[in-house]
Amino acid sequence: MSFWTDPMAVIANLIGGWLAGLGMTEGWVTFVLSFLGAGVYALLVMLTVVLLIWVERKLLGRFQDRLGPNRLGPWGIFQTIADMLKIFTKEYITPNGVDKVPYNLAPILAVAGVLSVWAVIPLGATILGANLNVGVLYVVAIGAIGELGIILAGWSSRNKFATLGGFRAVALLVSYEVPLVVSLIIPVLFSGSMGMNNIVHAQKDIWYIVLAPVAALIFLITSIAENGRAPFDLTEADSEIVAGFNVEYSGLKFGMYYVADFMHTFTIAFLFSTLWLGGWLGPWAEKYPMLGIFYTAFKAWFIYFTIIWLRGSLPRFRIDQMINLNWKVLTPLALVLLMMTAIVNRLVPEGMLVVRTLALLAVNGILLVGTSWLLNKFAGRNKRVVVAPEPRPVARPEQISSES
Amino acid sequence: MLNDWLYIGLFVFISMALPAIAIFAAGLLSPKKPNPIKSTSYECGIETVGPSWVQFKAQYYIYALVFLVFDVETIFLFPWAVAYNQLTLFGIIEAVLFILILLSGLLYAWKKGALEWM
Amino acid sequence: MTALQIIFLFIAAITLASAVMVVSARRMMHAALWLVLALAGVAVIFAMLDAGFFAIVQVLVYIGAISILIIFAIMLTRKAMEDVGPQLNRGWWLAALAVVGVFAGLAVVIVSWPGVMATAGVGPDADAIVNFGKDLVDPDKYVMPFEVASVMLLAALIGAIYVSVEHKGGQP
Repeated sequence: MSFWTDPMAVIANLIGGWLAGLGMTEGWVTFVLSFLGAGVYALLVMLTVVLLIWVERKLLGRFQDRLGPNRLGPWGIFQTIADMLKIFTKEYITPNGVDKVPYNLAPILAVAGVLSVWAVIPLGATILGANLNVGVLYVVAIGAIGELGIILAGWSSRNKFATLGGFRAVALLVSYEVPLVVSLIIPVLFSGSMGMNNIVHAQKDIWYIVLAPVAALIFLITSIAENGRAPFDLTEADSEIVAGFNVEYSGLKFGMYYVADFMHTFTIAFLFSTLWLGGWLGPWAEKYPMLGIFYTAFKAWFIYFTIIWLRGSLPRFRIDQMINLNWKVLTPLALVLLMMTAIVNRLVPEGMLVVRTLALLAVNGILLVGTSWLLNKFAGRNKRVVVAPEPRPVARPEQISSES
Repeated sequence: MLNDWLYIGLFVFISMALPAIAIFAAGLLSPKKPNPIKSTSYECGIETVGPSWVQFKAQYYIYALVFLVFDVETIFLFPWAVAYNQLTLFGIIEAVLFILILLSGLLYAWKKGALEWM
Repeated sequence: MTALQIIFLFIAAITLASAVMVVSARRMMHAALWLVLALAGVAVIFAMLDAGFFAIVQVLVYIGAISILIIFAIMLTRKAMEDVGPQLNRGWWLAALAVVGVFAGLAVVIVSWPGVMATAGVGPDADAIVNFGKDLVDPDKYVMPFEVASVMLLAALIGAIYVSVEHKGGQP
């Protein structure tokens, strides 16, 4: 067992041996190792977000035909550090009459609700926090804690707009969790386990995005909605309304919501690559787990780019459009897809991978075509009637008398 | 297995402690100049009118309720999905029946207009 | 005292204290938040009992759905943030007497059960969830409760929608 074949175990043995040499018992050694591992991992993720904010701003700039930050450092890399320094030194303006404990707890819960997900994401074959046997459900449950943070922010701010914004945001998030959780059942179905590392192992033969592309699409759409990103960013709408539930926050407390936002996008990209794109699988990934980090990051990069691409290209949805999309399109689609995938997967005899893949692709194709046909047929009812403009009297030069 | 949960517990604790430490540190670095005008609630620049606690629509409650029903449904479906590879077609049809019953509930809610955003 | 016992006592103390605060908080919204803490404590206790699936289900369903539902329901009332005064009424000593009596009775019954000091024979089972899933659709085991649960959920959904759509016209 060298460093290259099993890095975490080697490091753990080194530090554990040193601690045991200092006289610690077995239990305490495990505790300290876990604490150190969790601390370093969480810190690394938070620092990566700093880099990502720069990436996003550059990309958005390019989508909008401008350069993005380019003053501080080569290609503007130090822009985020400057912004961080600025926001660290802003005053915390706390309005009168707020409930101190929920008001201060809310940004912490918002960040914790995203950062805690990283404990179960497998970056390499043996490089992961904890291979929890209920990893997939853990991801959704931690998202629920983030929603709690938003509700706390909304009503503890003692501001009508914040309260309304908070409740609208949570109503949306809660609605979009239904198709998210249903679409997450499908990788669990195929791999027979809820543990994330087991799901990655089970994708050795074929990636799940090939077996269930519609489910992957539903996962992507609902995750973007859960993140509160464009085109679903009605509740924060940076450029339009008063900022919604975080209107009474300033300084780093406000900054924490945006840290949570960017980190959530990053997390969605890695979750997608783990659950649907085969995670750390790749040439020699089992033998040298460090390669797994590159594979999973490489796959996640495409998803991250797509999410920012969507942000830069699509206009915002209205709230009733979002609610209808969720309850009338995504939820029935996800449930029907689950039923049909379960039945078809069982009907195809064991072992014939190509037949299974084709059958499942056919199911997905039928569902996609069926959904778009239904949408075309029934969504036309809500179209606004385009009224031809009446001809209005307009002054024309030849009608003016010849005094000019 | 308990080691996994210990790690998770520590990770959740650290992921709450890190932002808390950052916010606390920024609190030490930032100026503190309280001012009665600054501390009033923000209402697009005008004075607040009326109490700050508004009555809100029952619609939010309905979305949370439908979410709860489907959440509990998926809780039943996850263990079924984990055991999927070892089930016969009969077991799968039963779960499909389960999903169909709840899908008809969604249809009822749709037809009654409970899912409209007023 | 093993570490597990110390952690259990700590978590149990937090859970019980939060539960007491739920019923004695002066503002309803604070009571809802103490409830969230109590539910989180229960989830940690589930995790310590090697019932990881149920710990996560507790967080997902109770904290993620039911607490939000309760907070929304509280916001539907008018007195969500009013300080309604101390929550004890004049007869509180009678209630305390009843509580102590019930606790003493339960303690006597449990301690006199011969199995109270025996350790459970069930250890961490790696296949627990798979077996649970199989039992859910096994005709000899739990398939009827499984289907009845879906009908019950359907009834809850229809009932709640019926009640709320009735009142849609006239808001209080």
